[in-house]
Amino acid sequence: MGQLPRLDIKTLPGPETVLRQELDNGITFLARENFSSPSVVISGYLRVGALLEGTHMAGLASMTAASLMRGTRQRKFGQIYETIESIGARLNFAAGKHSISFSAKGLAEDLGVLLDLLHEVLLTPTFPKAQVDRLRAEKLTALAIRDQETSARADLAFNQLIYADHPYAIPTEGNKETVAQLTAANARSFHRKYFSPDGMVICVVGGIKARQAANAVSRRFTSWKGNGQVPDLSVPSVSPPKGLQRTHVDLEGKSQADLVMGIPGPPRSDPDFVSAALANNILGRFGMFGRIGDIVREEAGLAYYAYSTLVGGIGPGPWQVVAGVNPSNLEKVLELIRGELSKIIKRPPDKDELDDNKANFIGRLPLQLESNEGVAGAIVNAERHSLGDDYYQKYPDLIAGVTRDDILRAAQRFIDPDNLAIASAGPPATAEKRTSSKRGRKKGAGAARKAGESQS
Amino acid sequence: MSGAVLRTRLRNGLEVRLKEIHTAPLISTWVWYRVGARNEVPGITGISHWVEHMQFKGTPTFPAGTLDRAISREGGSWNAFTWMDWTAYFETMPQDRVELALKVEADRMQNSLFDPAEVDSERNVIISEREGSENEPTFRLSEEVHAAAFRVHPYHHMTIGDMADLHTIKRDDLYKHYRSNYLPGNAVLAIAGNFKISTMLRRVRKHFGPIPSGPKSEYSDRAEPEQPGERRVTVEGPGQTAFLELAYQGPEATHEDFIPMAVLDSALTGASNLNLFGGGISNKTSRLYTKLVEGELAASVVGGLAATIHPYLYSIMATVRPDSSPEKVLAACDDEIQRLLDKAVTKEEVTRAIKQAKALFAYASESITNQGFWLGYSEMFATYDWFETYLDRLSKVTPDQVLEVARKRLIPSRRVVGVYSPNGTTAAA
Repeated sequence: MGQLPRLDIKTLPGPETVLRQELDNGITFLARENFSSPSVVISGYLRVGALLEGTHMAGLASMTAASLMRGTRQRKFGQIYETIESIGARLNFAAGKHSISFSAKGLAEDLGVLLDLLHEVLLTPTFPKAQVDRLRAEKLTALAIRDQETSARADLAFNQLIYADHPYAIPTEGNKETVAQLTAANARSFHRKYFSPDGMVICVVGGIKARQAANAVSRRFTSWKGNGQVPDLSVPSVSPPKGLQRTHVDLEGKSQADLVMGIPGPPRSDPDFVSAALANNILGRFGMFGRIGDIVREEAGLAYYAYSTLVGGIGPGPWQVVAGVNPSNLEKVLELIRGELSKIIKRPPDKDELDDNKANFIGRLPLQLESNEGVAGAIVNAERHSLGDDYYQKYPDLIAGVTRDDILRAAQRFIDPDNLAIASAGPPATAEKRTSSKRGRKKGAGAARKAGESQS
Repeated sequence: MSGAVLRTRLRNGLEVRLKEIHTAPLISTWVWYRVGARNEVPGITGISHWVEHMQFKGTPTFPAGTLDRAISREGGSWNAFTWMDWTAYFETMPQDRVELALKVEADRMQNSLFDPAEVDSERNVIISEREGSENEPTFRLSEEVHAAAFRVHPYHHMTIGDMADLHTIKRDDLYKHYRSNYLPGNAVLAIAGNFKISTMLRRVRKHFGPIPSGPKSEYSDRAEPEQPGERRVTVEGPGQTAFLELAYQGPEATHEDFIPMAVLDSALTGASNLNLFGGGISNKTSRLYTKLVEGELAASVVGGLAATIHPYLYSIMATVRPDSSPEKVLAACDDEIQRLLDKAVTKEEVTRAIKQAKALFAYASESITNQGFWLGYSEMFATYDWFETYLDRLSKVTPDQVLEVARKRLIPSRRVVGVYSPNGTTAAA
């Protein structure tokens, strides 16, 4: 095959083009200019997440994040959204295990409006009871819908199998029983206790001068004071499953079953992460879903989708294979996937296959960085995982340096086709339902980290 | 920044649209074919979508499995879509790799193999795709609403096709559909990105110029007769959540009502995002959100107006709260729609609709893929002028025009009311 793509390093985010400032109150500010764009994106996170809510309050961080826009000391719900929608902008919050993220987009001329609103909803939300009650009802409806989704149910069951009593077993959006109990007072208290500028990251990318954006952020946020401490958001490591841990969720009246199988994966900070990400690309991403797509979709024609995902966050997020299949094909697909898992730990990929995947990782970077959202996401990702301000400029060499043995080592360290969690959801199982535990063995699964970031 | 657009036609009939954009080292190549679910009859419903799948299953130059690998290796993003009026393929590639995209698209315009074994294998994949959709209550509801709204016109069936046809369509049916429709004269090639138009046109001529024009299929359009009264459909299925869908008769994209209807949509359910990529904006200040969600009858409501060749649907979908009912949601919708029929929307609502559309179009212009999308997509139901003049036309809409179009279009006797009625089953682990 040909050479790896060559990128113009100067076009990639780096210390020369990304302004970085640390404010006295613990906020890290980042900005990159893009004057070919009429818009501006704000992206970032606070060091508060679902890990702080407690099992009996599952969903509280998510509820609190969603309630921020429901009313402030200055504005009511309708006025907040009138402000944002009348200028064709958006501002969203989302809770994860380790952080609450925010993202905003608007025309560059409206950056001040967006920052005013971001500041207001973060610092002075009022959590009006009627609004939070309504939001809770909406969330309960969403959970009732989730209860009937084969993909969501298989994923929840998978997380329970691999994480058991680990915090990652609990869905961030909570469950019906816990969400039904959440009140405006709970959200208010959670906000008062944990929301702080300490460790907050805010990144601005778009058609605005970086210095101007820095001043705009600094002017609004420097007076926000925390106590100088970031809450403990670490999680314990997780042992891999012992034997084939299997469960099936019966969902009457469905046409298709969803299958999720895998293991706890490496955190982003793991030295083998990049090799594991390439192994994952080979296994179930490259082209039309990699080797798994080749065997399950292209050769056997058994599924519309069958792919693998390596989450790679702060903690031991999952490394999983997902497939949507006719219930009668469930067992066949499961065995085909196990076969591919066996192959990837038995021998390294050949040089051409590895080069193809390296070329894919390097060559797609310009496309990932085409939009303001893409650039902001990449900068925030590097900051979240302390990858360094020149990470994307070094990235092509980093990928080029991965060897066939690196891939094999990373795959062998984490994947074992005889020790897997396997969850499915769909029509009542014609397949044997079982939960077994055989030939278990321990593998280091690393320390704390979070689910949901990209694999760059 | 965005530059000039070239519009030309090759001798074989292929329409070519080229747009220079020098903001990123990327080029997005799109091929749009004027064939979709609209061109299907009972017995072969879903065939356009299936042909799209087969376009990834190999030619003599790019045998099955090599095409997606070749593009992925170059870091490209690629995909394909089939809908009512069209089938589209795109590759967004690093600028120095665009030759591959041109080669692939010219090749599969005429040389796809449709190997019988691949057809059989893909049958299962497509059936699996449909089964995945059937798992969704809103798909099942929308399918029945479409069938009720279009008794005669081929917008009657969903793009995926009816399951009965997916079991019986044969290899030769697929190949015939492919050969009859994948012709230069039935296609638009749209390329946007970092290139010089003159250089790109030479490359286009090299790859696409030699393709013979071929005889094009003729389709007779079966116009939908005037609906004589309101139609109601109920879909029963698993779950605990009810959904309500209202489908009114919407204008085709080139109709003078389309732009005022877009303002109406913005006021009633929030601005529709016509872009294929990139998120839209929230709709919490729209009239129906206020009435239904703040009124604690529904958990969410969305509306949608689509740009089509023939009159299609203006749809509203509400997720009913468990402490409410579809009947209550319908009554509240009717109250709110009556308000639109009684009195014109405010100037502020029109101004907001314009600003929202401007912002959404500005966001779209940032992505080279999205620019390539609009360059070809707009040609499927109008011309690129439709896209380029959209904001100007929108900014001239008056409240009285919105009132007029509301009175003409939001007519209960010409709508379909669909209800997904859950049977209350609860999943058990």
